[in-house]
Amino acid sequence: MIPRRSVVTGAAALLGTPYIARAQAAGRVVVIGGGFGGATAARFVHMADPRLDVVLIEASPDYMACPFSNEVIAGLRDITAQHFDYRAIGTTGIRVVHAVAAAVNQAARRVSLGDGSVVPYDRLILAPGIDISWGALPGYDEAAAERMPHAWKAGAQTLLLRRQLEDMADGGVVVISVPANPYRCPPGPYERASLIAAWLKANRPRSKLLLLDAKDTFSKQKLFQAGWAQLYPGLLEWVSLSDGGKVTRVDPAANTFETDFGTHKADVGNVIPPQQAGRIAAVAGVADRTGWCPIDPVTFESRLQPGIHVIGDAAIAGAMPKSAFAANAQAKVCAGAVATLLAGGTPTEPRLINTCYSLVAPGYGISVAGVYRPANGQLTDIAGAGGVSPLDAPATQRAQEAEYADAWFKTITKETFG
Amino acid sequence: MGRMAFAAAALLSTVAVAPPPGASGCSGCHGATAPPAVLTGRDPGDIVAALDAYRTDARPATVMNHIAKGFSHDETVAIAAWLAAQK
Repeated sequence: MIPRRSVVTGAAALLGTPYIARAQAAGRVVVIGGGFGGATAARFVHMADPRLDVVLIEASPDYMACPFSNEVIAGLRDITAQHFDYRAIGTTGIRVVHAVAAAVNQAARRVSLGDGSVVPYDRLILAPGIDISWGALPGYDEAAAERMPHAWKAGAQTLLLRRQLEDMADGGVVVISVPANPYRCPPGPYERASLIAAWLKANRPRSKLLLLDAKDTFSKQKLFQAGWAQLYPGLLEWVSLSDGGKVTRVDPAANTFETDFGTHKADVGNVIPPQQAGRIAAVAGVADRTGWCPIDPVTFESRLQPGIHVIGDAAIAGAMPKSAFAANAQAKVCAGAVATLLAGGTPTEPRLINTCYSLVAPGYGISVAGVYRPANGQLTDIAGAGGVSPLDAPATQRAQEAEYADAWFKTITKETFG
Repeated sequence: MGRMAFAAAALLSTVAVAPPPGASGCSGCHGATAPPAVLTGRDPGDIVAALDAYRTDARPATVMNHIAKGFSHDETVAIAAWLAAQK
């Protein structure tokens, strides 16, 4: 490994001289994106080899977690429970830089920040999460999202959807549209529909919820549908692709969803739109024509740009879903691989796990788990492993899974943010 | 060549002991407080016995029966030894 240090310019002033001196020991790893993938990656690179200089670049000093934000929308949880920051990470020897990553020069191995300063790297880990593909659904742009929130990035959008529900009169119609795969959090739309239905049932009991889907099948489908039949009959209606559920256009002025079969008028309209890897992925040249990032399943190194690794929602991770658990698990594997590569070693073949809980109602939890290994260049399900909660589980098990979901959030946010 | 190999070995020796395949995933759910069970520092025999029982559905579980089936007994032994050595 030959560290390249000749291009340190504005970053020296930004990051401080001692930092540059320390960097010369073993190499520098730069991580862009401070979510469940990126923040975890920064911490675990540092733990794997404390001699490495680790820089975490994240535009915002505040992080709003998406898992459990459906509970905020349904009035079950305060948004402050979703808030995390980087202060603890900054005390561990990792340099946290709150700046926008503007460009990546792969050949020179350096990142340019929004203020023009330059941060060189030996290996770069991108964890940019998702961007909304504005314009992919006709009628849905950034202005439309102020009328018909997506709430697929937690924060102001989450609160906007919450307020719209609170303002809705009894007897209103809530419409949620769901995109085709892939998108962040495959069971998320169905958990959201479930929890909004629970809130409507208790607070606006004459209302309806229409779930318009661009798919015929979805994650934990039988479990959700069994729960809906039991808890929300006549209230929650799922319309599959085959039944005309695919939304082809929205009109924010009229709050309508158009399908090939007709137009649905909403009192509260929630558009879960098509998505793509976060902006820096395309800028760095690691996103392919799908908008997502092909990776090596052992190291998470980009198939398109050597020296750049991609983890989390932005990556094409084979059978692994785009979940916070998966991003965190991939981050730990990628961090180990990066540390090993920088030390001149060869990363070993990983085994990855995903566990994902959803709530069908308060205190009613269901789960899916999977185990993955590289096969034929992809992360692939291990046959015989993985599965979902049983369809016939007693209420005690649903309650236990809801408790485990809660415990999971506490544990993973502690591991990610400290 | 010999000097390069030596240098690489010296570099690797300062890297933390890498977890065996799958082991780093456990901490996504298993943290410093139960539930679910705290795994770090635990008797490795207990962990192996639990995973062997989950693998055969001899012990009831929510997600661990699905996860244990993704690992052989020998892989489980390596994971348990690594977890036991963590603080």
